[in-house]
Amino acid sequence: MNHFIQTPTGSAPVARARLQSLLEYDRSLISHADLLSVLREEIFALVGRHAGIDANKVHFMVVRGSTTATLTVDIEIPFRVRPTGPVCV
Amino acid sequence: MGKVIVVTSGKGGVGKTTSTAALGAALARGGQHVVVVDFDVGLRNLDLVMGAERRVVFDLTNVVQGTVKLSQALLLDERLGTLYLLPASRTRGKEALTEDGVARVISELRDQFDWVICDSPAGIERGAILAMRFADEAVVVVNPEVSSVRDSSRILGLLDFKPLKAETGGRLDRHLLITRFDPARVACGEMLSVDDIREVLPVPLLGIIPESEDVLRASNLGAPITVCGRESAVSRAYVDAARRINGEWVEMTVPCENKSLLTKLLGRRAA
Repeated sequence: MNHFIQTPTGSAPVARARLQSLLEYDRSLISHADLLSVLREEIFALVGRHAGIDANKVHFMVVRGSTTATLTVDIEIPFRVRPTGPVCV
Repeated sequence: MGKVIVVTSGKGGVGKTTSTAALGAALARGGQHVVVVDFDVGLRNLDLVMGAERRVVFDLTNVVQGTVKLSQALLLDERLGTLYLLPASRTRGKEALTEDGVARVISELRDQFDWVICDSPAGIERGAILAMRFADEAVVVVNPEVSSVRDSSRILGLLDFKPLKAETGGRLDRHLLITRFDPARVACGEMLSVDDIREVLPVPLLGIIPESEDVLRASNLGAPITVCGRESAVSRAYVDAARRINGEWVEMTVPCENKSLLTKLLGRRAA
């Protein structure tokens, strides 16, 4: 006769728990992606001020460990170094 | 100078268009001049919900491109007299809307209206970003459902840096509008509660709109729910939300179960 005694055994608590862990994960990924794009822009601008570099020849790679991540930047710098001056990024 | 509000959500089908029309009409009912702008280029529906689909000649894209004047594209809702619609194009792609063009049209609308309410397309792509670009405030529409809550969380993140106001050091006022809320299902633990949602999306609550058949009826009839179903609980909830947008303090009530004795005895809804 459990129709008469209603207990809160619905699926909402499961939804709540799933959401919380999911959003924690989403947010860590997003902040990570944002940081990488900021680093990419600033490093590109910095090197670009001193050398004419090609955006297609700049590689950023992040290897994530359990507590830290390693950023590897690979930029091809041509021998004919462009004189310093403002460079569009 | 008017205020620009974007109604957005990330996920589709949560009630952005219904909410845009309902809030716009509720504000206009109070005598303010309101324009609702459909940014959902290619999939426009605001004209249908407003019952204006047969009158659309020119659209937002035409105005942005400078082919026609703003006044030629604006459609008056004669039921209210102070509510206008700027429809989206059904044929031209989103690429036709340039940021500069949209900026010019929004600024023109700001001069003419008290409220400019932009109905954002679903997603987080260009169209949705453009709809929020010139907003002063955002209404994030969310259903008590996991995928909708997740997408709204993403949208709240974008609202932090995509709008021009945020870029220039300001901060958008953000409001949460919970729609399709079913108190009976919440009571029996089958639906996320208001507190569950607010815990994950910590934004001031604008309103809680109960799930109701009246919404479908209004869209069938082609009238904002706050025009054709004025006595309904949904309409009252939207009117309260509009008053809060307007800066009034209105007590927030969570819709409660309205069960008959029979359904209480049975302990579940006859769904």
